[in-house]
Amino acid sequence: MSIQVKNIHKQFGAFTALDDITLDFPTGELVALLGPSGCGKTTLLRIIAGLEQADSGQVLLDGDDASSTHVRERQVGFVFQHYALFKHMTVFDNVAFGMRMKPRGQRPSEAKIKDKVHELLNLVQLDWLADRFPSQLSGGQRQRIALARALAVEPRVLLLDEPFGALDAKVRKELRRWLRKLHDELHITSIFVTHDQEEALEVADRVVLMDHGKVEQIGTPEEVYRHPATPFVYGFLGSVNFFHGRVEGEAVRVGDDTLPHEPHDFDHGAEVVAFARPHELDIDTDPASTAGIAARINRVLAFGVTARVELDGINGSSGQHFEVELTRERVSELGLKDGQAVRLVPSRLKVFEREGASA
Amino acid sequence: MAGATTMHLGGNHAARFENKAATSETPLVKWTILAIALTFFTVFLLMPLIAVFVEAFRKGWETYVTALVDPDALSAIKLTLLAAAVSVPLNLVFGVAAAWAIAKFEFRGKQFLITLIDLPFSVSPVIAGLVFVLIFGAQGWFGSWLIDNDIKIIFAVPGIVLATVFVTFPFIARELIPLMQAQGKEEEEAAVVLGAKGWQVFWYVTLPNIKWGLMYGVILTNARAMGEFGAVSVVSGHIRGQTNTLPLHVEILYNEYMFSAAFAVASLLALLALVTLVIKNWVEHQAARSYRDTQESAS
Repeated sequence: MSIQVKNIHKQFGAFTALDDITLDFPTGELVALLGPSGCGKTTLLRIIAGLEQADSGQVLLDGDDASSTHVRERQVGFVFQHYALFKHMTVFDNVAFGMRMKPRGQRPSEAKIKDKVHELLNLVQLDWLADRFPSQLSGGQRQRIALARALAVEPRVLLLDEPFGALDAKVRKELRRWLRKLHDELHITSIFVTHDQEEALEVADRVVLMDHGKVEQIGTPEEVYRHPATPFVYGFLGSVNFFHGRVEGEAVRVGDDTLPHEPHDFDHGAEVVAFARPHELDIDTDPASTAGIAARINRVLAFGVTARVELDGINGSSGQHFEVELTRERVSELGLKDGQAVRLVPSRLKVFEREGASA
Repeated sequence: MAGATTMHLGGNHAARFENKAATSETPLVKWTILAIALTFFTVFLLMPLIAVFVEAFRKGWETYVTALVDPDALSAIKLTLLAAAVSVPLNLVFGVAAAWAIAKFEFRGKQFLITLIDLPFSVSPVIAGLVFVLIFGAQGWFGSWLIDNDIKIIFAVPGIVLATVFVTFPFIARELIPLMQAQGKEEEEAAVVLGAKGWQVFWYVTLPNIKWGLMYGVILTNARAMGEFGAVSVVSGHIRGQTNTLPLHVEILYNEYMFSAAFAVASLLALLALVTLVIKNWVEHQAARSYRDTQESAS
């Protein structure tokens, strides 16, 4: 089933949680709502579910306006961050709950319920836990049971609110892969909320980036990572170095230094912010060189596959910190030492106009 | 009251704290504190309790039984049970409804409602009784109307029930509000999304989660309903065989120098208190257990 939201606006007192959001979630896709906490992503998810009421705007489920449809008639599956399993019920009863609550006419027989519950527990690979209580399960197991419970009512869409947020890093990674696999089997339209960019990029078909109640960018994981549309997206997806400066012809002037930059549609003298990812910077140790930005090496961390160099800005960009990612061969070739003055030369630079650049 | 669920939690921790040399006190301090506590306990709690039973049986079994099967005593027992039987279910419904509204919804005037629920605790029971006399008494607001329609509230059974309900008003609500607030509304939301209707959510999700707190509130309400003296005394009129509850009956017997009979009836109330305590402890134990489960599942 497709989901559309149109001009959704939501206000909590003076705080604008959602500001005129219009989005389209096509059938069968797994979409991530990604953003920092307080950006409105959970509120949007709860409005789609019907757990929260928008001040204005519409939610269309399969093209029909669902604004006046009660939560229990929307046929959505909802998975909560803290599982929200019924503590006093066994795993079996938890999963069976949705079917048992149906009006007498539509309620399946106990035998059918039993079959269905075991089928779902097999799907989440936890059939052996049917008689346990939630308090006897690990966090990862609980979340999988919560998912089985949500699927038991055969929802038309699946909404997951930070489903892995309460789990430790290792389990989170495992469940991520598992959720992706499950979605490939079921093809149920799903939206999941997360503040973890790695999680969103790894799991989702498409990513919706949100900040301050607004949509910043929509696209496939590759699109949003490779071509961030706004400074916020650039800063939010992975580490980044930024340089405040002014456009001067075919270069960006940062303090006393300049960064080369292909001609763009920026006016001469425009205040800009230039972004470069750590692996898009190289280090030039030649003291005579004038290209790039002057910086002093603070620390060289050479324990991974790649080496990370931390630097402090000098001259015009003093007080700023930079991070450069180099191969280990390159580091030993350059013979970097702590405290050494070097220059940073970007291989790729993304320039945005200054206003609102808060990264 | 709100401490009910937290009482049994510190056990392990306290034992470890006590056994470690670095954190335990010298024996002198330990025994002094213990002695003070035990002396206090004996003088102020244990002795009066023993005294009640000793005095009750001073003149032997026969006097004891006679005092209890006296028609006035039987009528007092009946009235006390009636007052409890009305006020407990009434406050049960009200308490759950109020706690539900306060814990699960946001609305204007919520703080005011919480304060209002506490009113019967903060007001002296005598004032509570007087309020009803002022409203329903012969000279009260509705006095003449009630006389015209031949309805008796003050100095009659309805007045006693009203006063009891008023005095026991906050127990259940007060017990449930913090409990329900701590539990949040996620489970209820999950139930609604799964298609449960309002009453199904309450019956299958909310009620099982609060059942021990609710039991505890009911026990406290019942104990207070049966033991209430002040408010009931004002509205009762002390008509023997008609508007005397057990506590009032004890006072009358005592004032008439029938000490053994007074203590016999009092022993009945004391016994009731003891039974209540036993049930209360058991409920607390259960509540602590289910609370521990909650904590585990939340971690």
